[in-house]
Amino acid sequence: MPTNLVLLVLLALAVTYFVLGRRAILSQGQRASGIRSMHSLPHYYGVWAGVAALLPALVLMVLWIGLEDSILRALVASYFPAERPENFIEDVFFTQIKNVAQGNVVGTPPEWVMQAAGAWAGFERSSQNLMSAAVLGTCAVLGFFAYKQVGLEFRARNAVENVIMAVLVACSIVAILTTVGIVFSVLFESIKFFGMVSPMEFFFGLDWIPKANFGENADSGESAYGAIPLFAGTALISAIALIVAVPTGLFSAIFLSEYAGPRLRAIVKPLMEILAGIPTVVYGFFAALTVAPLFKDLFASVGMSASSESALAAGVVMGVMIIPFVSSLSDDVINAVPQSLRDAAYGLGSTKSEAIRQVILPAALPGIVGAILLAVSRAVGETMIVVMAAGLAANLTANPLEAVTTVTSQIVTILKGDQSFNSPMTLSAFALALTLITVTLALNVLAIRIVKKYREQYD
Amino acid sequence: MLSPQQATERVAASVGARYRRERRFQMYGKLAIGSALVFLVLFMANILQKGIPGFFQHYVTLEVDLDRELLDPMGDASVDSLFAGNPRRVMQLAIYEATGAESRADQRAAFKLVSTGATNRLRDMILEDPSILGTRMSIQFAVDDDADSYLRGFITKATEERRRRVKDNQMDMIDRLQAEGRIEYKLSDYIFTGSDSRNPELAGIKGAVIGSLLTLAVCLSLAFPIGVAAAVYLEEFAPKNRITDVIEVNINNLAAVPSVVYGILGAAVFINVFGFQRSWPIVGGFVLALMTLPTIIISSRAALKAVPPSIRDAALGMGASRVQVVTHHVLPLALPGMLTGTIIGMAQALGETAPLLMIGMVAFVVDAPSGIFSPSTALPVQIYMWADSAERMFVAKTSAAIIALLSFLVVMNAAAVVLRKKFERRW
Repeated sequence: MPTNLVLLVLLALAVTYFVLGRRAILSQGQRASGIRSMHSLPHYYGVWAGVAALLPALVLMVLWIGLEDSILRALVASYFPAERPENFIEDVFFTQIKNVAQGNVVGTPPEWVMQAAGAWAGFERSSQNLMSAAVLGTCAVLGFFAYKQVGLEFRARNAVENVIMAVLVACSIVAILTTVGIVFSVLFESIKFFGMVSPMEFFFGLDWIPKANFGENADSGESAYGAIPLFAGTALISAIALIVAVPTGLFSAIFLSEYAGPRLRAIVKPLMEILAGIPTVVYGFFAALTVAPLFKDLFASVGMSASSESALAAGVVMGVMIIPFVSSLSDDVINAVPQSLRDAAYGLGSTKSEAIRQVILPAALPGIVGAILLAVSRAVGETMIVVMAAGLAANLTANPLEAVTTVTSQIVTILKGDQSFNSPMTLSAFALALTLITVTLALNVLAIRIVKKYREQYD
Repeated sequence: MLSPQQATERVAASVGARYRRERRFQMYGKLAIGSALVFLVLFMANILQKGIPGFFQHYVTLEVDLDRELLDPMGDASVDSLFAGNPRRVMQLAIYEATGAESRADQRAAFKLVSTGATNRLRDMILEDPSILGTRMSIQFAVDDDADSYLRGFITKATEERRRRVKDNQMDMIDRLQAEGRIEYKLSDYIFTGSDSRNPELAGIKGAVIGSLLTLAVCLSLAFPIGVAAAVYLEEFAPKNRITDVIEVNINNLAAVPSVVYGILGAAVFINVFGFQRSWPIVGGFVLALMTLPTIIISSRAALKAVPPSIRDAALGMGASRVQVVTHHVLPLALPGMLTGTIIGMAQALGETAPLLMIGMVAFVVDAPSGIFSPSTALPVQIYMWADSAERMFVAKTSAAIIALLSFLVVMNAAAVVLRKKFERRW
């Protein structure tokens, strides 16, 4: 049975059990003293029967479909030739086997591939049949047991509510699973990478020359994986972004919260938020095609040569992107400063700006620092602007007019292609990702700590 | 010690300077806001100015002899027969006639003026209405992108001939066609009906828009229920203990993880473990769902927090169970706020590019995707790919795609604002 049909039958069965369960309790109730004799409202009995039929079967089905591919691969692996040629990539052959099994024979695959494809098709068919039987069987059996439970004394509402709670908890756990998934998906590959390239070289090396050392794409020459140029590039671009974003964002926040009337606020705030809503790929396009040439011409007119992919263009545009982020976070912090402090300052005769500079900002400082740290973490993790505008040359330079590359843009460049094999080049992207995650998380945790500590002072 | 009088004098003397400083400070604030807004205006103007031409292109009207034998060799106007035919030759004859090209070099140059999509257009027209076979019709065809660049003035005769892609004889032909009134600049029909193409004049955003919508549909149908359920649990039911704390810290941290990392997660889990293929919208939807989940959870929790406890107490007092309190009373009241947060999360997901690059949605996909299990690209990724192309015409197409993307975002955000305005309740 095809998967869609199984799903439809499953739903139909669940609905049937719902109707049956509800009907059973209603007839039992009629024989007793009506609806008052039931523990729960009638529909809870139906829902219990339906849910018992549907949920476990559905979970089974999702698991089956999710794991089918891995299991089939393990089963078919025995067809692979014992002696593997150099640069043998399993994935390529699995794709070929799958294609042949679906009837798309391109060229003349080796004999063993044809056999494996035949086996694959067979396994796939029996897996499909087994799945249909298992899923529908589970549904029918569990639904039947739940239906048998239906009775005046049965606490159907509590049972259903327990199921609901379980589902809610499961949904909350997705967040943890995501974290675990993120950690594991980069950790193992990173460990593999550090087995090939020493961490000392990676974290302190000054040359970044990744080379594909495989197949047709093989580059000649030595490769080097010293990530300092990438870290420096990231730092340079982030610094430029912060130089743009922090003063602008902070002063906007001060003006909006202390000076602007409610009407101006209502107009300007949403306009600033638009800057935050523009997709980063659009900023990247703007940086690469408008801002970078502009800077190039500008600096050429004063006799300095700027590269057409400069850190400056990427940094400035990224800074503009972060302005609303800084300003809305600072706005919150400034608003949280108690009015009594302002009143006290005015009472002592200070002007507005004096009150802001000498009372409000010092009181809000920890929160502002937290906001800036979050902005740094944003800038470090930002990808598309640097991919499109900052270039790929791993220059170790502090000159903002030259092209630099960053951690994120290297990750994208390396992993964008179809590489799924164990070359140090591919793996280096995972090590970079691990570094990136660690840094952004540390910044985030630090920022939240600082903000929390500050809040306790006034609440 | 200063006497009161001295002190007053000193203060009075400094007042002018202090007020000047006050005004300067205020001006900094205005300057900051002003510069942000000026950037916004310049940015929008720049995109519009580049993008509006992307929706238009030049078309040339040619008299075409729809020769039955050349186009429909089997004589039944079936798809097979049309593909066996030679529409290329028909096009050549039409363009030679229009330009009066006689030498072989001229003929070759002339044929390059019309887009290679012309033969497909002929075929589609005949499939739609076979009765036009054997007649002579005037039909509009898209001009090739190089010729289009010349017509737009990007290429001029000032450049040395061997350095440009449009040669002198081609320019003369174009000028002649234009003088005869055969060339028209009008709204492009490829930008909305076409998908990705190596030829800029045939490229359109249909495939990318459909891919984005499919991805977003998967994302929404996962992220919304899971996000709301998690928020309800954490806000309404979770006991205060270590595990709950861990989950909360986790969600805050996930919100700070760079989006490109979610792409790596997607590639590792959904492609390598679950065996989905690269560039399927379902994988993109999963990845974006995980990415937007923290946003949705955080805003849903805020919406739940805004529902006053008196409502819960009243329902509990009437004998409702805790689950009933939530499903019957709290959830419906918090739903508008949750939806607002979800729409904003979806807008974020729609504009997201980096994670989709990681899961291979950068493939060159010529056809619009047929479902969540077929190779596809997405609008922001299309923008990225076109921005990388060398052809001049793609700049306009890229900006046009950006305008389309921004319009989607504006609609979504406007929906969120309307929702908030309409259902916002102050208790």
